[in-house]
Amino acid sequence: MATLNVLILVCLGYVVLLFGVAFAADRMAAAGRGAWLRSPLIYTLSLSIYCTAWTFYGAVGNAARSGLEFVTIYLGPTLVMLSWWWGLRKLVRVGRTQRVTSIADLISSRYGKSNTLAICVTILAVLGGTPYIALQLQSITLSFSIFAEADPSGLYREGSSVFWVAAGLAVFAILFGTRNLDANERHHGVVTAIALESVVKLFALLAVGVFVVWGVAGGIGPMMDRIDASEIGQWNVDAGRWTTFIFLSAAAFICLPRMFQVMVVENADEGHLRTAAWAFPLYLLLMSLFVVPIAVVGLDLMPEGSNPDLFVLTVPLSQGNDWLAMLSFIGGFSSATSMVIVTAMALSTMVSNHLVMPIWLSTQGGAGSVSGDVRNVVLMARRVSIAVIMALGYYYYRLSGGGAALASIGLVAFAGISQILPALVGGLFWRGATRTGALVGLTVGFVLWIYTLLLPGMGGAIMPDSVLQNGPFGWGWLRPQALFGIEGMDPMVHSVMWSLALNTAAFCAASLLSFPSPLERLQGAQFVNVFDHSVSPAGWTGSVAQSEDLMIMTQRILGSGPAQEFFQHEAEAQGGRTSLPEPTPGFLERLERELSGSVGAATAHAMIGQIVGGSSVSVEDLLAVADESAELLEYSSQLEAKSAELSRTARQLREANTKLTQISEQKDGFLSQVSHELRTPMTSIRAFSEIMRDTDGLSAEEQTRYAAIIHDEALRLTRLLDDLLDLSVLESGRVSLNLGGDTLGSILDRAVSSALAGSHLKLKIRRARPSERIPLNTDLDRLGQVFINLISNAQKYCDADEPVLSISAHDVGGQVVIDFTDNGSGIPPEAQSMVFEKFARVGGDKAGGAGLGLAICREIMQRLGGEISYLPGQGGAAFRVRLPLAHRQAAQ
Amino acid sequence: MNSGEDRKPLGVRPSPFLERQSYRRRRLMDAARLLPILGAALVAIPLLWPSQGSSEDGVPLSSAILYIFTCWALLIVISLIFGFAARRMVVSDDAEAESD
Repeated sequence: MATLNVLILVCLGYVVLLFGVAFAADRMAAAGRGAWLRSPLIYTLSLSIYCTAWTFYGAVGNAARSGLEFVTIYLGPTLVMLSWWWGLRKLVRVGRTQRVTSIADLISSRYGKSNTLAICVTILAVLGGTPYIALQLQSITLSFSIFAEADPSGLYREGSSVFWVAAGLAVFAILFGTRNLDANERHHGVVTAIALESVVKLFALLAVGVFVVWGVAGGIGPMMDRIDASEIGQWNVDAGRWTTFIFLSAAAFICLPRMFQVMVVENADEGHLRTAAWAFPLYLLLMSLFVVPIAVVGLDLMPEGSNPDLFVLTVPLSQGNDWLAMLSFIGGFSSATSMVIVTAMALSTMVSNHLVMPIWLSTQGGAGSVSGDVRNVVLMARRVSIAVIMALGYYYYRLSGGGAALASIGLVAFAGISQILPALVGGLFWRGATRTGALVGLTVGFVLWIYTLLLPGMGGAIMPDSVLQNGPFGWGWLRPQALFGIEGMDPMVHSVMWSLALNTAAFCAASLLSFPSPLERLQGAQFVNVFDHSVSPAGWTGSVAQSEDLMIMTQRILGSGPAQEFFQHEAEAQGGRTSLPEPTPGFLERLERELSGSVGAATAHAMIGQIVGGSSVSVEDLLAVADESAELLEYSSQLEAKSAELSRTARQLREANTKLTQISEQKDGFLSQVSHELRTPMTSIRAFSEIMRDTDGLSAEEQTRYAAIIHDEALRLTRLLDDLLDLSVLESGRVSLNLGGDTLGSILDRAVSSALAGSHLKLKIRRARPSERIPLNTDLDRLGQVFINLISNAQKYCDADEPVLSISAHDVGGQVVIDFTDNGSGIPPEAQSMVFEKFARVGGDKAGGAGLGLAICREIMQRLGGEISYLPGQGGAAFRVRLPLAHRQAAQ
Repeated sequence: MNSGEDRKPLGVRPSPFLERQSYRRRRLMDAARLLPILGAALVAIPLLWPSQGSSEDGVPLSSAILYIFTCWALLIVISLIFGFAARRMVVSDDAEAESD
């Protein structure tokens, strides 16, 4: 009879063997040998950590209680593996292209690298993993107790043994899982050890099965008869549980952190899935092949009330086959240890990456940039988190009393971890899935799982029976196992149905209502269309001739002179003989700074990243590059706008200058004109007044004639001075308007008659009298003055043989428009802009005006609220007078 | 799967042999996609069996075991065949098959 001491020795020896295998595998991988370490077979075997101690012992117990129901736990993963082509392949491809380290990393990466989400998934995974670890503790403890019963020394105590098993597994996991730090790299050693354990547990279970079928029952035929004759001899599986458990195990197979670790993170080649697609279901089939026979024989052979969970051990023991029992114990031990190692590895990676490191880095404030510091912190964080996770498992075991059936604890864990499924599947197949949706869905599912399954399962200490019976505060519709009053369901089915249904609904609704950030949308596209975005992921190539590439790039950006100088300087600083420096971190940093001066920090970082290769360009880098270019574009468009404004101002200045020059010339011309104008009458006045003074005997007739000339000239002078005075009064704004009402027709009548009166020049005036019946309320004399001026201008300057002046009036948009058009040759274009200036005169001084008439007209029209302008292209000189209508003006 | 559809691509492209091969590959992918549905259907059949009723007309557990494990083995064999076929065929151009 094997004693406890022998058992412990065997366990320790087995652990040492595992260590040896792991160590050797790591050595081989490091040396580049051992391609078989990355073979599909090892990959498939490593997947079988799905079969834990729960599977090993609990499946038989489950079969003994409820027949074939246990098989659902294997059918789910089988279906998942069969759908590898459109499911797992995508997951693995995404995991490899995004270089994810855990399922929390994957979810966070998909939803815009949100650490909040990563923390949520981590907490969920830890809480879901806790019952599972409790399960392993329970199974090992129970198997110990079987051997202890047979041990005569009687030293065994269950309470302390659980503690020591937990502590031992923690140490084991710490030693195994945190030996090397790099979570991105594959753990060849661990994976190989797990593969070995898979073989051991399969072999152990098959050995027990073969022993039971051929050694106890006496062959397949008798075995089948015995099965039908047993108390579980009929198909007796609840349809709801059957469907739910198949679905649940399929979901958990994808979502369990340890499955994700071996399936995605440790995957060396996508092609391995092709083999695992049939080999892993085969493994599962073999694992479950002898479960029912063992259960049936156990029920037959073992005394009433013995624990069916341990038939795998107790049946060989009862038959006196100690060595088979020992083998089966090792198989169960293998199942437990491999599960705990990988779970602890996966969970501690998540905890340290998403919980501890962000907190530690924020408290350090960037002071701990020495790489050694971080390594130690990460290792420490992982070790501590493994210990904490194991402690949680131990605590859960104590709380749940350790008596519950193994299978139900495993299912609790499955239901918890399956809450990730909507966010995961949605993230892989639906681009519209958002971070908010994932967060809301996870939270809803998580809370419901805790409330409907985890807490009720932990016994009366946490959730009192009154709550279970009547709901919290007596609210019956919130009873944990009959939500919304739906009673009579299996608690498991009830919890899974509600939590996953509401989780999915919340996920979809919140995704539809929220709007993702740019990073999220980019990542979403990369995940959902991963096969369009990625070729088969290539490994990192060694950095060959990086310095040369860097040199070429730098020359392009900085110019060859400065670039060569910079590189030369760096090479000298490194003490190298060649002109190219080694691409050390310091050098790269300085180069990046140098380049960022030219192309912006993000661009420089991305360019160096491209060449040096080690770090690929992240989406943040690209976004920063886009921001920088957007800023540059903005800046340059601002410059463009400013330069356009400047050139516009310059043109205006040039125009103003030209005008000023013209005006100045006009003024000079006028001064000479005015002096001439003043001088001519003054000369004749002086001459005739001298004649009258000095000449005696002038006839009366002559005297009258000379006096008339003097009078005329004086009048002319007065008129000139009047005009000047009038203009200055108008310009200074001191004029007061004398408003009155009349129609346009009568104003024009008076103006035409006074303009044509007493003139020898003939001018035919053409008018359209019906259109002139427009009432005006304005200064009638001033307006008449404008009209007189325009008519007499036409009279004076129209050079046609039979001068005709057309006067037409329209009402245009609340304004009166009066056009004065003659049939002469008009005003030459170069003079058109000057006609309204003071002292402007067109075509010399043949009519003897002072050039003030139109200037006065313009001033008057401005005072009256209208305007006067020259209309080019009318065939002759054409002036347009605009004036507001009477009622408008009256209203003002 | 469906031999009637084979004729369609023959007239369109100049190289019938290659086209036929890639056509076969597409149908192989279809088979791979359909396999889990077949599996789910087979696994769902026990839902139709009478259970928990009278002990006389129930399905004996040995028959249930035979049925489930036979289906299981069948699925594994199909998956195995597909795995080998895919390995032979997909080696050449992975990208084309993926874009389908």
